[in-house]
Amino acid sequence: MAQVSVPAVRPAPNRIRQAKHRAPVWNFVLLLLGAIFFLVPIYSIVQFSLQGTAGQGGFLHWYLTVFDDPVFRSSFWLSVQIALETVIASLVLMVPTVFWVHLRLPGLRPVMDLVSVIPFVVPPIVLIVGLAPFLKDFSSWLFVRPEVLALIYVVFALPFMYRALDAGLRAIDLKTLTEAAQSLGASIPRTLFRVILPNLRTAIIGGSLLTVAIAMGEFTVASLMGFTTFAVYTYQIGISTAYEGVALAFISFLLVWGAMLALYLLGRGGRGAAAVAITD
Amino acid sequence: MSFTGVGVREELQPNPTAGSVAPRRSRSRRWAFVGILPFAAYISIFLLIPTGELIVGAFRTANGTWTLANIHDIFRAPYPQAFEFSLELSALSAAIGGIFGFVVANAFLHRGIPRWIRSAYISFSGMAANFAGVPLAFAYGATLGSLGVVTILLKHLGLHIYPSFSLQGLLGASIVYAYFQFPLMILLMVPVIEGLRTEWREAASNLGASTFTFWRYVGLPIITPSLLGLVVLLFGNAFSAYATAQALGISNLVTIDIAQLVNGNMTLNPQDAYALASAMILIIVVTITIYSLLQRRTSKWLR
Repeated sequence: MAQVSVPAVRPAPNRIRQAKHRAPVWNFVLLLLGAIFFLVPIYSIVQFSLQGTAGQGGFLHWYLTVFDDPVFRSSFWLSVQIALETVIASLVLMVPTVFWVHLRLPGLRPVMDLVSVIPFVVPPIVLIVGLAPFLKDFSSWLFVRPEVLALIYVVFALPFMYRALDAGLRAIDLKTLTEAAQSLGASIPRTLFRVILPNLRTAIIGGSLLTVAIAMGEFTVASLMGFTTFAVYTYQIGISTAYEGVALAFISFLLVWGAMLALYLLGRGGRGAAAVAITD
Repeated sequence: MSFTGVGVREELQPNPTAGSVAPRRSRSRRWAFVGILPFAAYISIFLLIPTGELIVGAFRTANGTWTLANIHDIFRAPYPQAFEFSLELSALSAAIGGIFGFVVANAFLHRGIPRWIRSAYISFSGMAANFAGVPLAFAYGATLGSLGVVTILLKHLGLHIYPSFSLQGLLGASIVYAYFQFPLMILLMVPVIEGLRTEWREAASNLGASTFTFWRYVGLPIITPSLLGLVVLLFGNAFSAYATAQALGISNLVTIDIAQLVNGNMTLNPQDAYALASAMILIIVVTITIYSLLQRRTSKWLR
């Protein structure tokens, strides 16, 4: 019976599905336009940074010139260091706080939500106006050390780190896990490290990747405070030698691409966090 | 079963020691607040106090006496021109990115579009929305600058876009900004369009509505507040951009003026930076308020 009826029934739904599922041609035209808009600048970067090298060595001339510059290496290294410091400071500050708020002070969650969007209202160029004189007055030794950038970037990363951790903690049954751990004799810090953290791994990695992307690309505060980070170096080189600047832009593109690809591969855990942009 | 057991035990437990429960609970709550003190202190030092400081600074002279002079300064050259260009650039780039983002998101969410196109668009948008700042400006220098790849291509085709076009002009800068506005709109628009229930679409088409009729009478009326809200959000996003504008070489923008004042490069009252920064906060607060009001309207439908 089934063998007879299945072939008889199949063609009809198929035809309906086909008729319904044919997308209008203009959809493809729009998608093509969007793809062109996305890809043309990237094609141009590659094309531009490889050209103008006649009689100046290989086709990677501008990249090799940049790699040879000791300032490239020092600025890149500085940005990597600051990015790592930002991630560590951000995790040390945020993980226990968000954990604690979820566990003991759930009434404060709306307040935390609100605080975490303040960095959008006070963008870097605005915050630096209020921060610069304050840091100068308060402790001038802090002002001249690049570590201060990491401390400020924690604020810029706050919305992303908070969202990632908040989503991660909401996805697990925090109360049951904590009660189970404590009834087995674990202290709160031990619960946090041995039970909660492993469950938050995706959220922590996702938030950290976005934080790295922010810290590696931040230009406003670094340039106004006079630190030659990778973004500031890119700017300084680019306004004097366009080709080298574009080569550096391509390296930045690969970095952002790598961070976002990693987020994408993280899957669901990172997706909610990735759906927000860092605009500087 | 076991859950109710736990619940009952929790309810019963305090009873034998009812007298001592209240003080113990309040003490534990006081301890609970201690747990967020580090965060509160950090955010105060690096975010709240500086923000308060700059708002107060807008009404003070360099010596610390109260004044409205800084606020008056905002309305004198060169700032009104800077505000005008900032507003125009933010509005145009939000409109381009917003409309384009909406129609493209709608196109790849359409039935019959292969899934891989959709996930390629979403993941590329995640990347492009974050590819802003100095590298973006240089990327467009390589594309549409006077020696850019596309500029030269158009020249070969007989189309000379220079000197009437420039990346520092309104149209040029808006195209550059659109590179992060457009993907941001896509990312924010996808959940909104997906929230439009298939039943509504099916009901409309069962009643004989074309795609156009569906959008005209069902889709757009539901989505419009959300659409407008997101465009307003894009506006605020463009308004606070600095790095992209600086690397493009735009000179008359609010964020650029603030940076010049912070650097001490301007022969103007340095206290103006506080007034300009406060004005920016005000504008962004207004945009976010409009956004959340419009969002609340739509969320009634999209659930």
